[in-house]
Amino acid sequence: MSTVTLPVTPAPRPTPQRRTITVRPTRSDRVFVLGARAAALLTLLVMGLIGTFLLIGALPALRSQGWGFLTEHEWLPEADKFGIAALLWGTILIGVFALIVAIPVSLGAALFISEYAPRSLKKSLITLVDLMAAVPAVIYAIWALFFLQAHLLTVAQWLSVHLSWLPFMTVKVPDSPSSYTSSAFIAGMAVGVVVLPTMTSVMREVFSQAPVGEREGAIALGATRWGMIRAVVLPFGRAGIIGGIMLGLGRALGETIVVYALISPMFDFTTHPFESGTNAIAAHIASRYSESSGVALAGLLGAGLVLFGFTLVINTLAGIIVSRSRSGASTEI
Amino acid sequence: MSVLAPSPSSSPAPAAAAPLPKPPPERVRIGGADRDLVTHLLYAGLGALALTWLAYDRLLPVSGTIGFWLTCYGTFIVMLAAISATTLDRMAVIDRVVGVLVTTAGLALVSALAGIVIFTAVRGKGALGHLNFFTETTAYIGPDAPLDQGGIFAAIIGTLEQVALSLLFSVPLGIATAVYLSEVRGRLARLVRIVVEAMTAVPTIVAGLFIYSLAIIQLGWDRSGLAASLALSVSMIPVVTTTAEVVLRLVPNGLREASLALGTTQWQTVRRVVLPTARPGLVTAVLLGVARVIGETSPVLLVAGSTNELNYDPTHGPQLSLPLFVFTGMRQPLDVAIARAFGAAVVLLALVVVFFALARIIGGREPGHLSGRQRRRLAAGARAVTQNSAQGENP
Amino acid sequence: MTLDAISPTDSTQVLPVSRERGPAGLVAEAVSAWFGDHQVLSDVDLRMEAGHVTALIGPSGCGKSTFLRILNRMHELVPGAALAGQVLLDGEDIYDPARRPIESRRRIGMVFQKANPFPTMSVYDNVLAGLKLTGRKAPAKGGADDLVEHSLRSAGLWDEVKARLGTPGSSLSGGQQQRLCIARALAVRPDVLLMDEPCSALDPTSTRRVEETIRAIAGEVTVVIVTHNMQQAQRVSDRCAFFLAAEGTPGHIVEQGLTTDVFERPRDERTADYVNGRFG
Repeated sequence: MSTVTLPVTPAPRPTPQRRTITVRPTRSDRVFVLGARAAALLTLLVMGLIGTFLLIGALPALRSQGWGFLTEHEWLPEADKFGIAALLWGTILIGVFALIVAIPVSLGAALFISEYAPRSLKKSLITLVDLMAAVPAVIYAIWALFFLQAHLLTVAQWLSVHLSWLPFMTVKVPDSPSSYTSSAFIAGMAVGVVVLPTMTSVMREVFSQAPVGEREGAIALGATRWGMIRAVVLPFGRAGIIGGIMLGLGRALGETIVVYALISPMFDFTTHPFESGTNAIAAHIASRYSESSGVALAGLLGAGLVLFGFTLVINTLAGIIVSRSRSGASTEI
Repeated sequence: MSVLAPSPSSSPAPAAAAPLPKPPPERVRIGGADRDLVTHLLYAGLGALALTWLAYDRLLPVSGTIGFWLTCYGTFIVMLAAISATTLDRMAVIDRVVGVLVTTAGLALVSALAGIVIFTAVRGKGALGHLNFFTETTAYIGPDAPLDQGGIFAAIIGTLEQVALSLLFSVPLGIATAVYLSEVRGRLARLVRIVVEAMTAVPTIVAGLFIYSLAIIQLGWDRSGLAASLALSVSMIPVVTTTAEVVLRLVPNGLREASLALGTTQWQTVRRVVLPTARPGLVTAVLLGVARVIGETSPVLLVAGSTNELNYDPTHGPQLSLPLFVFTGMRQPLDVAIARAFGAAVVLLALVVVFFALARIIGGREPGHLSGRQRRRLAAGARAVTQNSAQGENP
Repeated sequence: MTLDAISPTDSTQVLPVSRERGPAGLVAEAVSAWFGDHQVLSDVDLRMEAGHVTALIGPSGCGKSTFLRILNRMHELVPGAALAGQVLLDGEDIYDPARRPIESRRRIGMVFQKANPFPTMSVYDNVLAGLKLTGRKAPAKGGADDLVEHSLRSAGLWDEVKARLGTPGSSLSGGQQQRLCIARALAVRPDVLLMDEPCSALDPTSTRRVEETIRAIAGEVTVVIVTHNMQQAQRVSDRCAFFLAAEGTPGHIVEQGLTTDVFERPRDERTADYVNGRFG
């Protein structure tokens, strides 16, 4: 007699319950985590304090001037009439001039280091650019004051005279070289040199990450080096270029010492950038802080707050643009 | 459809008289510049010089040396394009012109840096030649005193003290924050990271203004070296934090896991494994922070006060520092003061270069790159962890 | 499996192309190659007949890809690379100092192992990229559209992308991207098309389409294809060369000839071992 084993469906098992895992940290770990968290909070606090403190300190000025703070161009706190309009305009103007000189040179230099330079030189060039970015602003200032300005005067004069059909290019006394000193143009050129290395560095880093496969594809099609750069490197590095430019702008807007040393302060809108006389927020703060108190100081704090806000926004945008892009995933600005 | 005979070395032919060894193959010269490039560059260069010389000042509305060289350069490019067009097609001509432009930009950058360094050194030579420049202060001498009197001693002391104090505040805080971001990774981490990264780019004048209104106005402190070092810290903390975080993240996770698997607490892991492994990178982070703040003028301008006297006490009274010395000196209409300022500028530049070089040497090319020595250290660290466990030693 | 087993389907129909002369043949004479001091190829002689498909087979690491890259002057892009010998295109040495590499690369196209369409350009622009990059204009009056369609048809991609020519090149699947690269290479009407393991990263269906394409274009273009896949070599090529690099020695050709001869009647023992799968 054979035994037949019938297949028996086993009783269904209950669905598995997830277990909660509890970890009881040791005393030392708890202290460690608390300590680290405290440090991070402190850092956050310090950084956050800057903004809040500037705001609180600036309140008297903002309250007294209202929106006039942004539209008034005179700075006469004793007459209860002061605003940063001219300062803001001058700051932006100098920033624009700085970018005009810095963008082409940094783009070219970044391409040079990344695509054209002989391999043996590349590392040294990169170190050189990083070193240049570390040079303190006051050294750029002393060089600009005693070297750059002297040599730029003739250039400024030539430009002003030959482009005089553009109304903003003229100066009151075209023949005298001293009319061209301490102008927004000169300050802009100097600031341009200051922001050059940072911009070059960011762009170069991005260019060097352009994928080799696409580069080879372009070369195999018979493209020249510039053709390959245009087809592969530049499109890939677009976000890095934009990010670099924005970083440079942020830095240019906040540059204090170079501007302060070069310009002769003026409290009207700079309508003639080649003419002597302009102003910028950072330089103004530096020049007036010691003699200001009360509402005047509050005004300076307000100016600083506006500058702070500007640079924060620009730099955060730059960071987002670079990190969102294909090239930026591994780039640190 | 002939098939080339296989080379002698591969055929299984019976042993015959060995064929004469072929002469070593002659290498083909590849790469290198276009044959014509050098001649074209030469012709274009000479032609541009000649043309500009002729036309200059007579025909063209430019004058002066700068104008001459600029016109020469412009003519050079046009001539190069024209000459190249005789033998090359459009794409190649454009490629050449772009090559020249890009190379110019690179040279411009390098020469700007060289120019700054050389100019500063030349103008500072006068002051640097005197030993008193390093040992005396400019207090108690008139502003127009000759260069064999006075010096930057006060400024050097001030800079050293302020930077040291700033390190005292920034390094523990910065590294601890970096540890929080990299090891603890709490809920705050994302916010902290965003804020810190945004802060790396805040203008230093804002930091100075902040400390000015907080410490000097609100708290009524004196203008002092301490206040200056606080302002410097505000700039230093973000740099140290972001760099240190990158360095800590680079420590391979395997090391942490090895340590945890041995039953250590997180704190022990961090203290005995992560931090020591990352030490060179952390040193780099600190050195980079120093290089960044050592030359900062605007924060100290606002809160350090002005003085020429030597002040060893950072907590009371104004204190001079190198960048401040340069700044005030360069704006005085006296040649001697300006010469001293240039001398101080050279010293400042030298300090920055030294710290920068140190940071590079110790930390490798970037915080993100591990040098060969660092990799060996990492391996040694891993071995040490396992050896400790094998000996049953309490970590 | 005979070569007739693969015939072009309708969508790979190749429109007649006007050309003043037929495709050119390549001849490699005594080619040796180095990377620095390390020699990777030794004394390679190979005739790649015009209008035919030549396959380079052999185990990995024996210099097939290096040899291929010597044929379109991509080898010299590696720092420290050097070579000896001559490569004759239609009888003229492409390494002659009077010849610029760009000119040779325009006549000798290449398709890479990993498809590399330009991601920021549309499919349409990718096909025309070769012309644009070399400064040539597409034939006037809708000629560009015709050229794009012709090239995509030749690559067997037209039906799949004709409705989305404006989408970016990176939005296609892997096999489609590779065929796009083939179309891009064909659009410039090269004499020779070099293919470096074009199907190694593709699924079987895409591989089949690519092989159909190779058979379809063979008459118009001389094809040289490096492949690890012996069955593929048998399917697509007329002639083939077997490369081998023994331990520590540079690569060289052990045997070459008609594909059928090399696979069915190999003269060298090592060739027989390789084609029968006993190594590599």
